[in-house]
Amino acid sequence: MTPSKNGKNEILLDVDDLVMHFPIYRGVIRRQVGAVRAVDGVSFQVKKGETLGLVGESGCGKSTTGRTILQLYKPTAGRVTFDGVDLVALKGEQLRKMRRKMQMIFQDPYASLNPRMTVGDIVGEPLMVHEVATGKQRRDTVRELLELVKLNPSFIDRYPHEFSGGQRQRIGVARALALHPSFIVCDEPISALDVSIQAQVVNLLEDLQEKFNLTYLFIAHDLSMVRHISDRVAVMYLGVIVELADRQDIYENPLHPYTQALLSAVPIPDPVVDSKRKRTILKGDVPSPANPPSGCRFRTRCPIAEQLCAELRPEFRELKPGHFVACHFADQFVQ
Amino acid sequence: MAEALLDVKGLETTFKTPEGVVHAVNGVSFQLKEGETLAVVGESGCGKSVTMLSILGLVPHPPGDVNAGEAHFGGQDLLDMNNEELRHIRGALISMIFQDPMTSLNPVLTIGRQLEEPLMLHLGMKKKEARARAAELLSMVGIPSAAERLDDYPHQFSGGMRQRVMIAMALSCNPQILIADEPTTALDVTIQAQITELVKRLRDELGMAVIWITHDLGVVAGIAQRVIVMYGGYIIEEAPVKELYTHPEHPYTIGLLGSLPRVDEKGKHHLDSIEGLPPVLYAKSTSCPFAPRCKWVQAKCWAENPPLLKVGPNHTAACWVDTHTGKLRQ
Repeated sequence: MTPSKNGKNEILLDVDDLVMHFPIYRGVIRRQVGAVRAVDGVSFQVKKGETLGLVGESGCGKSTTGRTILQLYKPTAGRVTFDGVDLVALKGEQLRKMRRKMQMIFQDPYASLNPRMTVGDIVGEPLMVHEVATGKQRRDTVRELLELVKLNPSFIDRYPHEFSGGQRQRIGVARALALHPSFIVCDEPISALDVSIQAQVVNLLEDLQEKFNLTYLFIAHDLSMVRHISDRVAVMYLGVIVELADRQDIYENPLHPYTQALLSAVPIPDPVVDSKRKRTILKGDVPSPANPPSGCRFRTRCPIAEQLCAELRPEFRELKPGHFVACHFADQFVQ
Repeated sequence: MAEALLDVKGLETTFKTPEGVVHAVNGVSFQLKEGETLAVVGESGCGKSVTMLSILGLVPHPPGDVNAGEAHFGGQDLLDMNNEELRHIRGALISMIFQDPMTSLNPVLTIGRQLEEPLMLHLGMKKKEARARAAELLSMVGIPSAAERLDDYPHQFSGGMRQRVMIAMALSCNPQILIADEPTTALDVTIQAQITELVKRLRDELGMAVIWITHDLGVVAGIAQRVIVMYGGYIIEEAPVKELYTHPEHPYTIGLLGSLPRVDEKGKHHLDSIEGLPPVLYAKSTSCPFAPRCKWVQAKCWAENPPLLKVGPNHTAACWVDTHTGKLRQ
């Protein structure tokens, strides 16, 4: 594996066979009749100071993965080791203490800020909850944070509705930074924003990462933006990771047929290049995670599926150094 | 050059809001030729959707007002027509598909019923005939076992399928113009590719003209022949698609293209973001609407709003400054 940006190779987050099933209840006595297998055996590691991009289409379980890592959902099975501590085993006060080190930035800057609280209250709330600062000291810290995300500190007493989408997302970033976390889950932080504003927020996230040596799990469906911001990229489909590799490697030599189709479907803002590309158009829709296909999850839409794919779930194996893929027939694509 | 199928001149639309009168469309003129695909690009609030809604008489009034302009189609001015006359055009000769396939279908009526309605209304088909045609349309947009699915309700279809149904509905009366308002924005990438391919195929088969409204410059590159870029209710650049991507002239277009990461990008570089926010205009702009965010801004930009100037063959841009030299255009 290539060294991360700070030259270290220390593992900050180790996710091991994470499973998150949401039960489905039916009938008068609310009997459990099945489960939505949102995350079904996901393993990866995130190194200190790096950005791991997690991409996939809606309903593939990428957001659930992020939330389960932060213990916002209690995982059905699996281990999440953060900075040497097993988060799944933690409870109450211990978990609350760990939360200071892990924060989240949400997708919708309209829904994730309480409309009845001022910016000062929103950004200062983590400081209050974790008893870090009070009174004037807290206000001063909030001002510093606002400055950090390039908002005017005099906006401290304004309400969220007075800001544009991009500015609100900055407030969300300031809140996430309040407790000096080492790890931030960015859950589609830019997909609700306009194109010219997206670049502003992404540049801000990159600057902050450099300044505070932050580690990001960047969840998104926009493959171009993920390529831009990530060091390594994991591709999810229907609750499992199908491919994981260095950003350069995964985009230049995708090994999983799903990654290949996904990449070929992304439009390139250049008519000359775009017209020369070979496009793989996938048939049909993503199957329901409550009743996923047997064997390989992708086989129902896969252009190279064979009998074996229905019978045996492909192992997540390392085909090239640092390049993992879950496909029986991926060897032919190795360059 | 072939005569324009749709010729819009000097369109102006405003909305009354508690904060004041918002000037959403400020003198927009463009032409659409037969069989052509025209993309209208811009960020939210730039007036791209309102322009199309104004032409079709779909701007809610109040608070909206179409104050000026002409829209010539088939020898008539659409803006002069009353609602009754427009109803014969909408859905029959010009039809529109919308961004959100979840809310544009009626949830309590079957897909079949919704598909048959325009056929019976505009083409005077009988129930039985309409049903057969509806099944044909569904299979044309790639929905498997179409005849059986006519009795299903919208919630039984996925997002991509619903957008296919919307397209089938829009094409049911063989329109001359299809207006697609961000038809793929709410969809996943692989489904987005399916829908884009579908519209391209049907456009070529049926020979209709398409106006594709979007904020995504990536999608435009693959589908359009000509592109209009809008900002603050003004058209600020217009060019053939290749020309626009290789030689963008307006600073906003340049900024927009620079702020896009590319899936085929090799090295790691900083994105060129455009600082500041798009404007909301409470009056017609007397200066260039992009001036507050522009890197090349000069005194003349504040003094006078530039009209569309010819910058190349078939290429116009509303900018006083030649960005290659940084000097005022002659």
